[in-house]
Parts: sequence; structure tokens; C-alpha cells
Amino acid sequence: MSYFKLTASAVAIAAVSATAAAARDQVQVAGSSTVLPYASIVAEAFGENFDFPTPVVESGGSSAGLKRFCEGVGGNTIDVANASRKIKDKEVKACAEAGVTDIIEVRIGYDGIVFASQLNGPAYNAFEPADLFNALGAKVLKDGALVDNTNTKWSDFNADLPAEEILAFVPGTKHGTREVFDEKVILAGCEETGAFEAYVASGLDEKAAEKACMDLRTDGRSVDIDGDYTETLASIDANANGIGVFGLAFYENNTDKLKVATMSGVEPKTETIASGDYPVSRPLYFYVKKAHIGVIPGLKEYAEFFVSDDMAGPDGPLAEYGLVSDPELSATQSGVAEEQTMGSNM
Amino acid sequence: MTDATSTPPGGGARTKSSLMTLDNRVRRRNAAEARFRAYGIAAVTVGLIFLALLLFAIVRNGVPAFTQTFMTIPVELKADKLDKNGNRDIEEIKKVSTFGYKPLIIDAMSRTLADNGIESPFAKDKDLEKMVSASASAQIRDFVIANPGRIGETVDFRVLASSRVDGYMKGRVAREDLARDKNLDAEHLDVTDALNEAGVLKREFNWAFILGADASESRPEQAGIGVSMLGSFFMMLVVLGLALPIGVAASIYLEEFAPKNRWTDLIEVNISNLAAVPSIVFGILGLAVFIQFAHLPQSAPLVGGLVLTLMTLPTIIISTRASLKAVPPSIRDAALGVGASKMQSVFHHVLPLAMPGILTGTIIGLAQALGETAPLLLIGMVGYIASNYPDGIASGFLDPNSAMPAQIYEWAKRADPAYYERAWGGIIILLLFLMTMNIIAIILRRRFERRW
Repeated sequence: MSYFKLTASAVAIAAVSATAAAARDQVQVAGSSTVLPYASIVAEAFGENFDFPTPVVESGGSSAGLKRFCEGVGGNTIDVANASRKIKDKEVKACAEAGVTDIIEVRIGYDGIVFASQLNGPAYNAFEPADLFNALGAKVLKDGALVDNTNTKWSDFNADLPAEEILAFVPGTKHGTREVFDEKVILAGCEETGAFEAYVASGLDEKAAEKACMDLRTDGRSVDIDGDYTETLASIDANANGIGVFGLAFYENNTDKLKVATMSGVEPKTETIASGDYPVSRPLYFYVKKAHIGVIPGLKEYAEFFVSDDMAGPDGPLAEYGLVSDPELSATQSGVAEEQTMGSNM
Repeated sequence: MTDATSTPPGGGARTKSSLMTLDNRVRRRNAAEARFRAYGIAAVTVGLIFLALLLFAIVRNGVPAFTQTFMTIPVELKADKLDKNGNRDIEEIKKVSTFGYKPLIIDAMSRTLADNGIESPFAKDKDLEKMVSASASAQIRDFVIANPGRIGETVDFRVLASSRVDGYMKGRVAREDLARDKNLDAEHLDVTDALNEAGVLKREFNWAFILGADASESRPEQAGIGVSMLGSFFMMLVVLGLALPIGVAASIYLEEFAPKNRWTDLIEVNISNLAAVPSIVFGILGLAVFIQFAHLPQSAPLVGGLVLTLMTLPTIIISTRASLKAVPPSIRDAALGVGASKMQSVFHHVLPLAMPGILTGTIIGLAQALGETAPLLLIGMVGYIASNYPDGIASGFLDPNSAMPAQIYEWAKRADPAYYERAWGGIIILLLFLMTMNIIAIILRRRFERRW
């Protein structure tokens, strides 16, 4: 009857685990899949250079990460949330309700969002925000009136673009990348083409007009990708006429398959993004629970190491991988060193 | 047949036929049978072709992951860089981070080139650094910390080549691909070719892939599946330790002792239903119950094992009940007839005879659990997680870890194409495990199964 012994040992394991849940010796990080590569590079180097164990980095998206971050304070909640966008007021409130009040916001640098297509595919070489709005917006301006988008080829609205069927793979709404795409490309295009004014003239207030602008067409020409960039890449591989939205770092790792288009005439490169010439970029952040500093060993060291010149500086491994380093890195460094929380200096 | 051979009463004018000559009807029936056989053979062939294609793709894409390009370079452990005060104080040596070791590697590379009579095509020696894996500086730093006495000497290190160089040696990276790649330039490939000819670069079997830990996105050449294999191992221990006793106890009770009434019928139906529940549902359940309610640690193999136990239980219960049912009632009757109690008859006679079937079911359940990814997504076992070896049994169960299928999924997601190769390699290892388990199950069944 050896299985009685097995059961007994299983119960013992469960009992041990219940007491061990509070004591954790490595930093736990979760959040944006855009920040994940950078966080994993930092975590690996951190494990090599310090006597602390290598931090654990999970992905899942900015919103999912921040949601878990705001679950509360304690050993079985995460210490750091990575985000490819700023934390929302709503999320700060949710955090506060769960007892997570002191949050340290750390900006690690910038990420460019690029539009790429098959290397040997059609000549999608230069886009303007207006082109993408005309291709993907739910309603576009035609002869001065807002009508449902019936454009089927890129050349329908811009003779310089190839006469190819419109097909775009954009990140799904749970990705932080989507928000940047909506605001900096689609909304900009909406304003450029005059559709925004038409919305306002039709009686919408500005906020509603912005929202209406960012509606994408739903007839299958704009495809939401809820997975990662590899899924977008696979879709591009299968559709020669498709364009996809990628992070700069992902594109730079796959230059053998993809070619990138300029936006408003500017080629996406670390230099053009750092100078602000390339319009579609966004800051990347991570958020630290101050209450966990001193409780979880290595947490503060990890945060400081992340923004150190060796890692996040212009010659560091993060920049090498594709991060556009922050010109104000030294201010961030001192902010982390002093454990400045959100709201205390803003 | 009678219709064909005997003349019907009433004397209808039926043509006489012989069994030796085929009439139309028989011919049609024969043709139908031949067609059906052809369909069957076609179905089997299509299946086999797909299997062959799958295996071919896996082997072709995955095998390169098992070898890796190494190079041996002489590194001068300069005292003025590593130990500025010269007192060999281990704490001071530790202060030099891996970044401080980069210049040493660059020096070692340009020296290797000079030693082999290769002219460097680069204006700055710094460009040579791209050929060596970023793991090299950590490797040398660990060596220096372990042997502070050797500072000042020149030591030969066998370091990993960077993933692009490795890809070029394996034919994955082509010269024209590098035109727009900032990770490596065509000149690097000239150096690679020259070093390859000189015998500095060697492509060797890479044990670190099977035994090593996961690596970050910037150094796929270093990544291994070893730690997540341990994660899978600890999860399987939990599944075996919980699902086998619970499953067997439940099925013995239901099969041998429980009264047949509406309640046991209800339980029976529910067990069958549970077996068909998608595994992701168990993941959500695990997240809600084990992590959010019971406060077990996140990403821990213990939680993964508990979730997979829930998933495996129905499989084990169903197969155990089937093998208990297969034991003929005469065995029970004989045991009871010579005065054994009900429990003695079950444990001394029925259970041993049912054991091969139970074990087979358990192993197949375990194999199913080993390959499961979906529930692990929800309890935080996907990401850059399998980076530390567990340092003991307790830490094996409780420290964050990944599992083999989750690690493969994670690799397949990563940007660097070198990780794609590793994902296929991981699939080969996972398949080997699953095949071994299934073969053990078959052997157990063949060896010990009794037929009555």
C-alpha cells in the first residue's frame, strides 16, 4: 500500500509550500512583450554580476502586467511591471485600492514602431500617416463627405503607392503598440486628410471625433494580431501584399526577411528616433513597487542596474538590441537611486 | 446465395449461373470491396506522408541546434584591468562587472587574428567583439573569481561564437542577408572563413543545449533547455505523486465498493465530462484557486503540477476502471470463496492483475501532461524564467521555473531567428521523452498483460 505513503508525502509538500510562499529570493517581473527582450537581457547580466539569483521575467502584455502589479503587496505578487506605455490614472487608482500606493516609474528609453513588408514584395517604401488612414480607417473623406472606406488598392488614394490589395497586420488592442499606432499614425492621418474636421463638423465633440477617427475598418483588410511579432512575421510571409507593424528591434533582427518603409519621409533608425524626427515612437517604462524594496532581495539593485549607463546607455547592450536610449538617462538614474515615487515630483 | 443456386418454387425462368463465373452483381460487390480497400490504403498513406513530412521538418530544422560553433582564444587576464590595487581581494575583483572584461576579449580576438596571420579588415578592433558571444565575458569573469591567483596570466578559453557567426557556419545566415543587418557585417564573414580554415572555429556537439539554462534575447547561442527540463521533471513528480494514488483510490472505490445509484452515476458522467474539458480551463482554475486564493508561489512547478494533476486525473481514473473491469469476476469470486474479505480480494488479487493496465494509463496520462502548454501560460510559466538551476528539492518545487513545452513556445516567439532553430531542437528532445514514455507503456502492456 505504498500509495498511502505517496499521498502523505504529497500532503507534506503542499504544507511546506504554504509556509514558503512568503519567502521569495528572486525579483519577479511581468508585462509588456516589447520590454521583455530588454528586461531579459538586463536580468541575465544582473544574475551574472550580482550575488542575487537571476530575476524572472514573464510576458503577457502591458495591461496584463499592470493588472497583476496592482493585485496587492506581498510575496506572491510581482515586484516590477514592464509597460510599453505610461500607466493610466485608472490603473493607479486600482493599484491604490489594492494597497499599492508608492510606485516608482522608470523610463528606460524609446522604441520605434516600423511598417515593414516582405523583402521582395511590392514596393511599400514610403508612407504618410494619411496613406495608412485612407487604407485602414473605418470611414474616410471622399469628395468632401465621410463615407465608409471602400478603398481596395493602395493606388486608389495615392498614385505613388503600388496597385496592390490593401492588407495590414496591426497589433491587437491588448498591446501597448496598438495605442501608439492609433494615436500617432491613424489619428495623425485623420487630421491630415481633413476627416477629423469633417467629424467635428458633423456634430461630434473633439474627443468623440478622435475616437471615431481611430476606428479601423472591419472588412478584413486590417487584421488584428493578438500574438507576438513572430505571428505578424508569419502573416507577412504568407501574404506578399501585406504590411505589418513591428517594433524596431524586431525588424532589426529580421532584416533578411523584411524591408521597412519610411514614415513622412524619415527612415526609422535609432538616430532618427532619438532625435524625434521619426514620428512613430513611444517611451518604454517599468514600474517598481516601493513597498517591496528591502523585502525582496536585489529589487533596488535590479532597477538601478537596468538604467545604469552600462546597460541602458547609448553603447550598452540594450541599445545594441534596438532600444533608443533616453537622453535624460541620468535624471532617471538619480530618480531610481532616491526611490522617487509617482506624484512626489510631478 | 440460396436465391442464386436453387430454382424458386413456382418455376420462374432464372438463368443458371455458376460460382466460377462472376455475374454483374458479384462483380459490383467485389469492385466495392476493392474500392474500400483502396480508400483505406490511401488514408493510411496520406497519414504516413504527413507524419514523414512532420518528422522530416522537425529533424531538418532541429538538428542544427545540437551543435554550436566554439572558438578557442588566448585571453590575457590583465592585472591593471581586473585588480587595480593588486591585492587580489576577491571583493574588489567582483566589483569589475562583465563590461570590464569586454576589452580583454577584443584584445584576445585581435591576437588570435595576428597569430593566424589574418589581416583584420576593421579600422577598429572593437568590431571584432561582435563575433564572440556576450556570454564570454561572464565565463571569463567566473573563472577569474574562482581562480584569482591566475590574474596576469594568459589563459586559453573556449568561448561561444555569436549567433550570427554560428548561423553562417550552419548555412542559416547568407552573405547577402547581412547587407542590412547591423549585428554583423560581410567583413566578419571573411574573418570567420579565415578562422575556420585556421582551425580556430570549431562546430561541436553542444551539451549546453540539453543541460543549460535559458538565455536572454541577445544571446541565443547560450540558451539551453536543461532547467526547464528539471521544471517538467518536478511537475511530473507532483502529478505522479497526486494523480496516481487519488485516481487509483477513486476508481477502486467506484468500481468495487460503491453502490450503484444515482449519485455514483452522476459522478461517473462527470468524470467522463472532465476528461473532455480543454486544458486551458484547468489553467484558469489553477490561477484562481492555487495562486490567487491559496497564495502558492507564481510560476512554481508545484502549481503547474497541481494543475496538470487535475487534468490527468480523469484519464487515470477512466483507464484504471477499465482495467479493473477487465479482471474476470471469477477471480473475485474465488478469493471471496476461500474466505478473503472484500478488501483482501481487491488488494491481493484484483489490483495486481489490473496493474499493467493502470500503469499504462498513468504513463499515457503523464505523457499527455508533459506535453501540455496551455494551462502553464496562465500560471506564469512562460517568459524568461528558466534561468536558475534549482538548488535543492524544495527549490525545485517552489522556485519559478518553466517546462519544456512552455520553453519551446517561448523560443518560437523570440525575434532572433537563431531561437527558431532552438525551438525545433527542443521539440526533438520533447518528442524523445514522449516516445520513451509511450514505448515503456507498450512494453508494460505486452509483458504483463493477461488474457482470459
